[in-house]
Amino acid sequence: MRIEALFLIGIAVFFGLVGTVYWFWAYEQGGTMMLAGTTLLGLLPGSYYLWWSYRMKPRPEDRDDATIEEGSGVIGSFPNSSVWPFVLGMGLFLIVLAAVFGIWLLAPGFALVISAGIGVTVESRRGGTV
Amino acid sequence: MTVLAERGHVVHDPHEHHEGPTGILKWMTSTDHKVIGMNYMYTSLIMFLLAGLMALAIRLQLTSATGGLVHLSNQQFDELFTMHGSLMLYLFAGPFAFGGLANFVVPLQVGAPDMAFPRLNALSYWLYLSGSITMMLGFLASGGAAAFGWVGYAPLSEATFSPGSGPDLWILAIALTGFSAIFTGVNLVTTIFYLRAPGLTMFRLPLFTWAMLVTAILILIAFPILTAAMVMLFADRHFGTHIYTVAGGGVPVLYQNLFWFFGHPEVYILALPYFGIVSEIIPVFSRKPMFGYKGMIFATMAIAALSTGVWAHHMFTTGTVLLPFFALLSLLIAVPTGIKFFNWIGTMWRGQISFDVPMLFCIGFLFAFLMGGLTGIMLAAPPIDFATHDTYFVVAHFHQVLFGTAVFAGFAGLYYWYPKFTGRMLRESLGKWHFWLMFIGFWVTFMPQYRLGLEGMPRRVATYDPGLGWQLLNQISTVGAFMIGISFVFLLVNVWVSWRKPVAAGDNPWDGHTLEWFATSPPVHHNFERLPSVHSERPTWDFHHPDALAIVHNTNGNGKARESVGVGSGSDGGSE
Repeated sequence: MRIEALFLIGIAVFFGLVGTVYWFWAYEQGGTMMLAGTTLLGLLPGSYYLWWSYRMKPRPEDRDDATIEEGSGVIGSFPNSSVWPFVLGMGLFLIVLAAVFGIWLLAPGFALVISAGIGVTVESRRGGTV
Repeated sequence: MTVLAERGHVVHDPHEHHEGPTGILKWMTSTDHKVIGMNYMYTSLIMFLLAGLMALAIRLQLTSATGGLVHLSNQQFDELFTMHGSLMLYLFAGPFAFGGLANFVVPLQVGAPDMAFPRLNALSYWLYLSGSITMMLGFLASGGAAAFGWVGYAPLSEATFSPGSGPDLWILAIALTGFSAIFTGVNLVTTIFYLRAPGLTMFRLPLFTWAMLVTAILILIAFPILTAAMVMLFADRHFGTHIYTVAGGGVPVLYQNLFWFFGHPEVYILALPYFGIVSEIIPVFSRKPMFGYKGMIFATMAIAALSTGVWAHHMFTTGTVLLPFFALLSLLIAVPTGIKFFNWIGTMWRGQISFDVPMLFCIGFLFAFLMGGLTGIMLAAPPIDFATHDTYFVVAHFHQVLFGTAVFAGFAGLYYWYPKFTGRMLRESLGKWHFWLMFIGFWVTFMPQYRLGLEGMPRRVATYDPGLGWQLLNQISTVGAFMIGISFVFLLVNVWVSWRKPVAAGDNPWDGHTLEWFATSPPVHHNFERLPSVHSERPTWDFHHPDALAIVHNTNGNGKARESVGVGSGSDGGSE
């Protein structure tokens, strides 16, 4: 976890430096804002990871000498198949097309998105680890 | 002997047959990263084919100064080069790498049962597919497809100069595929951080996985800004905002800043995965571990970091950017890229190189990318950029860069992993025909374009004055383009032959290094029934060559690496 955290913190440090230099050299607002945003993109998850890396023991995948047995057990919940991503994707497709072909497409679009939201929630509650 | 351990039979019982829908329903409902990865590859290769046909039409038009062979109107020509660029960059080169190859290979390389968020992964594909359809719908719009170049610069892309629904569809397509890329980026980072096999530390990850991790971070940096720029452009066109229009107090060059803050990282989103593919293939076919493994990782990070600080080197001639800052950072990228070249050649140095098709494509990549990279260094210097901006010199430069990565290295990856995807081998002889025809065609196509650019031929023109003497070079370039086009017939024939007369590949046809070669070909549902112990960055090779463990190839320092390898192999994994 430590290396992952430092990787993200490194992004923040680099873009913090570049952004500072850029601001005091170019005095340009757009680029400075984007570099500041990139700094935050590294800093927020990076500091969270760093905090956790001090609170937890190294995971088996963090240690050079870990054996496969140490990692056995439930890895997570992985659905076999689900129709809801397709429904959600088509709903978003219709919502986007509504901007060109007519506002009425929003109705079926949102219907699909909402049903996908309900469907995927029900599916997640029903399913355990696969 | 290295111990073989069951991992997580709680998660997946190998005897339990996976029952799920088949046929079209399987395609629609699957959340398996392998099926989604294949879907991505089919779709992006179709986009590649369409964009390639558009390129051939463009080349036919330019064969004669007055557009003799196909007689495209200026509007049609503009639509064609816009859609050629958009399809190649947004819908082929990126999705083929981070949606197709990475989706299939990264979970296998880290020893995971699937991507971290399988349903999000499926949603990414559906957004990508609908984005592709949206973009192609532009050709059916009454005003034609978008015709403002793949960059869509404002104010040309504003409603005044590009009316109609074709440009709208283009903008919305970019937004859809942008979200698809962001979701894939989140998925890749989480998979690599949380689903690695025990012992597979960050500095033992395969270089392709490292490249994809850095690419995913670049996606998360770049794509939200592109999507924001597109939303603002759409608002300008339809909702009466004046973000990019001078008339209402807006700043047109802001669009260029936003676009290239996406656009330059995008170039490396398109390049880094392919660097990763080359870093996988060259060690396997040189029968050596990667030379300078950690150096490669830090070079990848350095390229990615620098690439985000150089966006305005596409805007030197606007006169609104800080030239020395962007020239300096652009020139600096040559250093980590040089390290990568050094390490690739260092890996081949005194190795037992076998020139199989994937390796040939990698060597082709080295030549192609070297030429594109060197002209890139030239263009990073503002004086040269001012002289050659918007000429065919730039066209030749970025085609050599992107052809080198997305096509040479991309098809190296396809030839390399095809046995893993399908369980069947591709024919070597047909693959060599494909390579040599494409390699020669590549140089014949793009070298004349450098010369044309230096003579002053601007890009994005449908006709030119016959008296300027550009016709012969353009004709040579067209011949090369058709050689490239024909070379892909060999690939299609190859795939067809392997489908009709399959040659079984086995699990590990190349004596590969990384975990994906430990899985069956094609991998079973949830990938692994067992995993080997991981003691180095090439666990599968260690497993198949237990005697060779004394060679120090671990990256975690010298003595320590040798020790941990020795203990692990000596005591059946009981080194705790």
